[in-house]
Amino acid sequence: MSNEIELIKDPGLPEHIHRRADLDEKYAKRAENQVAILFMLSAVGTLLLIFSYIFIDTDSFIFIPVMGEVNSHQLFLGLGMAMALFFIGAGAIHWAKTLMPDHEVIAERHEFRSPDEDREEFVKTVKSGAGAAGLGRRPLIKRTLGLALGLSGLTPLLLLRDLGPLPEDELTKTSWKAGTRLVTDPGDRPIKATDLEVGAVAQTLPELAEGEHRTLNDIAKDAVLLIRLRPEEFNLDAERLSWTHEGIIAFSKICSHMGCAVALYEQQTKHLLCPCHQSTFDVTRAAKVIFGPAARPLPQLAITVDSEGYLVAQAPFNEPVGPSFWERSS
Amino acid sequence: MKRLSRLRRHRAAGPLLLIFALLSIGTTFQVAGAVTNTTPTTADRSATIEEGKQIFLKGCSSCHGLNAEGGAIAPSLIGVGAASVDFQVGTGRMPMADMSTQAMRKAVVYTPAEINALATYVASLAPGPEVPGDEVLNYERDGSVAEGGELFRTNCAMCHNFAGQGGALTQGKYAPTLMGVEPKHIYEAMITGPQSMPVFSDKTLTPEEKLSIIKWIKAAEAEPQLGGAALGRVGPVTEGLLAWTLGIGLLIGVAVWLAMKAR
Amino acid sequence: MTARERIAGNVAGYVDDRTGAAKWMKKNLTKVFPDHWSFLLGEICLYSFIILLLSGTYLTFWFDPSQREVIYEGSYEPLNGLKMSAAYASTLDLSFEVRGGLLMRQIHHWAALIFMVGIVVHLLRVYFTGAFRKPREFNWIIGVGLLTLGIVEGFLGYSLPDDLLSGTGIRIAEAIIQAIPVVGSYLAFFAFGGAFPGESFIPRIYTVHVLLLPGIFLALITVHLMLVWYQKHTQFPGPGRTEKNVVGYPLMPVYMAKAGGFFFIVFGVTAFLGAVASINPIWLYGPYTPGQISAGSQPDWYMGWLDGLVRMAPPLETHAFGYTISWNILIPGLILPGIMFTLLALYPFIESWATGDKREHHLLDRPRNAPNRTAIGAMALTFTLVCLLNGGNDIIATTFRLTINQMMWFSRIAVVVLPPIAFIVTKRICLSLQRADRELVLHGKETGRLVRLPHGEFVEVHEPISAEKAWTLTSHEQLAPLEISEYDASGVRLPGSLKNKIRNRISRANAVAVPKATESERKELEGHH
Repeated sequence: MSNEIELIKDPGLPEHIHRRADLDEKYAKRAENQVAILFMLSAVGTLLLIFSYIFIDTDSFIFIPVMGEVNSHQLFLGLGMAMALFFIGAGAIHWAKTLMPDHEVIAERHEFRSPDEDREEFVKTVKSGAGAAGLGRRPLIKRTLGLALGLSGLTPLLLLRDLGPLPEDELTKTSWKAGTRLVTDPGDRPIKATDLEVGAVAQTLPELAEGEHRTLNDIAKDAVLLIRLRPEEFNLDAERLSWTHEGIIAFSKICSHMGCAVALYEQQTKHLLCPCHQSTFDVTRAAKVIFGPAARPLPQLAITVDSEGYLVAQAPFNEPVGPSFWERSS
Repeated sequence: MKRLSRLRRHRAAGPLLLIFALLSIGTTFQVAGAVTNTTPTTADRSATIEEGKQIFLKGCSSCHGLNAEGGAIAPSLIGVGAASVDFQVGTGRMPMADMSTQAMRKAVVYTPAEINALATYVASLAPGPEVPGDEVLNYERDGSVAEGGELFRTNCAMCHNFAGQGGALTQGKYAPTLMGVEPKHIYEAMITGPQSMPVFSDKTLTPEEKLSIIKWIKAAEAEPQLGGAALGRVGPVTEGLLAWTLGIGLLIGVAVWLAMKAR
Repeated sequence: MTARERIAGNVAGYVDDRTGAAKWMKKNLTKVFPDHWSFLLGEICLYSFIILLLSGTYLTFWFDPSQREVIYEGSYEPLNGLKMSAAYASTLDLSFEVRGGLLMRQIHHWAALIFMVGIVVHLLRVYFTGAFRKPREFNWIIGVGLLTLGIVEGFLGYSLPDDLLSGTGIRIAEAIIQAIPVVGSYLAFFAFGGAFPGESFIPRIYTVHVLLLPGIFLALITVHLMLVWYQKHTQFPGPGRTEKNVVGYPLMPVYMAKAGGFFFIVFGVTAFLGAVASINPIWLYGPYTPGQISAGSQPDWYMGWLDGLVRMAPPLETHAFGYTISWNILIPGLILPGIMFTLLALYPFIESWATGDKREHHLLDRPRNAPNRTAIGAMALTFTLVCLLNGGNDIIATTFRLTINQMMWFSRIAVVVLPPIAFIVTKRICLSLQRADRELVLHGKETGRLVRLPHGEFVEVHEPISAEKAWTLTSHEQLAPLEISEYDASGVRLPGSLKNKIRNRISRANAVAVPKATESERKELEGHH
């Protein structure tokens, strides 16, 4: 016996096992009938689709267990379509499986690698082609071509420039000015300090001057949440405390993380939660981040009341609202 | 006419008529009783307060204190108003079963009369929000569903989800689903701010606006499935789950059948 | 010859006279495709793509990609009279005023989800069976490109209806763009035509969604399929199957009927989902406005892992010299995904570098026979899965009475700890399975029958396995580790020896295997009994 390790040998493709339909015409006929039934089911599906489209009212509903009260037009239209398509597929596959030849075929693979002489020939062709063009011998052409191609790449960049304006101060300014009244969103009613009980919140926007129109861009920067606490619950420094009014504190509603509306206020814990990424802010400590990915507190809007007792902004926001950006200084 | 006379001679006609008659008599008394209930005399009121106090002492004072002044584990109830009591007790949240993160909605312990007595007692301690009567809660007449939807999305959807299905808050607290909640309780929750929920003052969210919100919630509740099974109305998470289970599962199932050798 | 055959012959002759296609057609109509259910996963993607093209075209007939403000006056009562964008209003109209419109919208969205599921499952099949190895590296890269584009395309489609959920998604995308150092705010302003949300975004992404990306898809899918065609499909090891052949069924008629039929199956299943399961009910979300939000605002699942990653990021931001870098957005939103996709695309090259295997492979690996690759795959999968779970942590928390804070901390720790554990466990499992294979080949199948031998010993009867099975279990190669010399003949360290040392080290780890059973061993065992 030799010491060479003998591996288990490939027994080769196993012998073909004939299907019943190949051997017995009875089974072949049965398979044929099955395929025909599947195709007929598809036809029934199309009929159901046509029926639903024409005769089922778009406002009619049907109770289906698990699903509940479902729009029957949409349901049967879809089921008809699903049937029509699915059973064409099922029929075709069943046909292929049972009646089409099922002898496995062996095909040889060809090597992808070209013969060596072809490869050499190819390299030679490229070299001689490049040589004929003289790219290697004429560095001036090579360099200027490189420059031209590189520069032409700037064209699309330049042409895309007018997609939008430069940011300028858009990211740092909001519509809030000293004396701007806070009005309800929606409703646009000014709010008196006495309108809010302890534990109350209000969604607010800056009051619009006569004839002004509020766009989504404005809301995206101006949305403010008003919250009333007991004044003694605050844990603020003197400056921030002076930004509140009788326990009413105002924060930008636009998350300092990624700009979602932060308005899940938990009255008992005095926490604000952002539903997008779950940053949690502590209202009593000027919206300090206590959980989640946000890195900055929500900007606080300094508020007071005007001569008529309505809540107004003391001053614009002292920092940009919304998510961070490169030019932001703090 | 022929049909009617046939129906009259039907075997079940007699018993059915009897039931109908009994029902109508019962209803009449019910309505009549309700009418008398709405105009209580001062004597009735102090009796109710006394009854409420007794219930309070038995069922609530161990946590909220003998005079509802609050304790280490429960807040003071002075000034919370009848609406607050009606909401908390009327939805089964109070009395609390255990000291979990949040009082859950569960089977109501007290009868409506007892809840009324409790609420009257607590309201007698200090003024607070009152239980809204049926004439206030006529949301079908006074509300606008589209406006309600907009108000809902601004004021409520952040916690209760876009379709009022509820959502997660911090540390295991959650905003409950609004489906199947009585209009009265929704209204009371808005004016009293139970548990984590803030208060929505009548000036910033007017009573009409509150009714619009209720109307929208009721419309969402009654809305049939326009596009098939709702998958919980919680957004793309369940949709993705279905694509990864039923969707790809069906397709792989067919693929396995396709590649299986026929016998 | 029947009349029908004569006509067919005439048509074929007419075409061939003008194109010379007969030779090519003759060769390709008999092309052989191996049959295995997992080879149909790619077809699910292809067919979903066709469904997406068809249903998407249908949707464009009614969809108005404009952020112009309109007042809704359609049949959906709860939104009547509200201000909204024309995009949202037209999506409502095509859902409620067009018969079958909602069905087509739902089919389009379900097809998109299934397209992405199909891509991922197909990728896993290709990865775990080693089908990406030479000569199929190009196709692997194209596939990774399609996956990436699919995520972008899906996200843009999800954004088009301009509902509250999709607007929130766009808001987050804008924040990611804005967070790019130096040029971020400029890029954001260019993309949105000014400050967020502006009125340009929907029309712009519409063009990208319906023209640019589908065009690129079509080109890439064509190349992907041409390469599969030209290189012939891989096959699983088995009797009669070698690196030099391909065993299966001819294109005409079997494979054509099966593949063609499967298209209808995919379309049918998608239509079924569109009929019975609501997806993206935008009428419930309401129109987008930046001041509103819904609890549980999530992206579609293929973006869910990204959202989960962003959620678990630590609150890090650098403020220096009057500038800001938001690591809490950049790391999970751009840097980590960038690294993940680059590693994914380069994996075939990394593996062949580590194993030194530069040969062509047409026979697939059984995952257990490539324990390191399988373990790396399990590791990557675990990482992504933890991220994905965290992307739905609020829904999971409310469903299972957990807290989002627990879920978040679990994810933050699990995303670091679980992948290495998955690696070790998977590798162990693979080696155990190799051992089981070896036992099976050497000792046969356990029958559960006990026999008492004449001298009183009890033994279990083992049934030898078939020659086919034995070959299937042992036909794989077991590579020897690389032994790249780190020193030259005189014992001086060669330049680049550190690199070689690392390669040797990886290759040694890679070559850990349970020796496969051989005929010699079988014979030896027979001699014993």
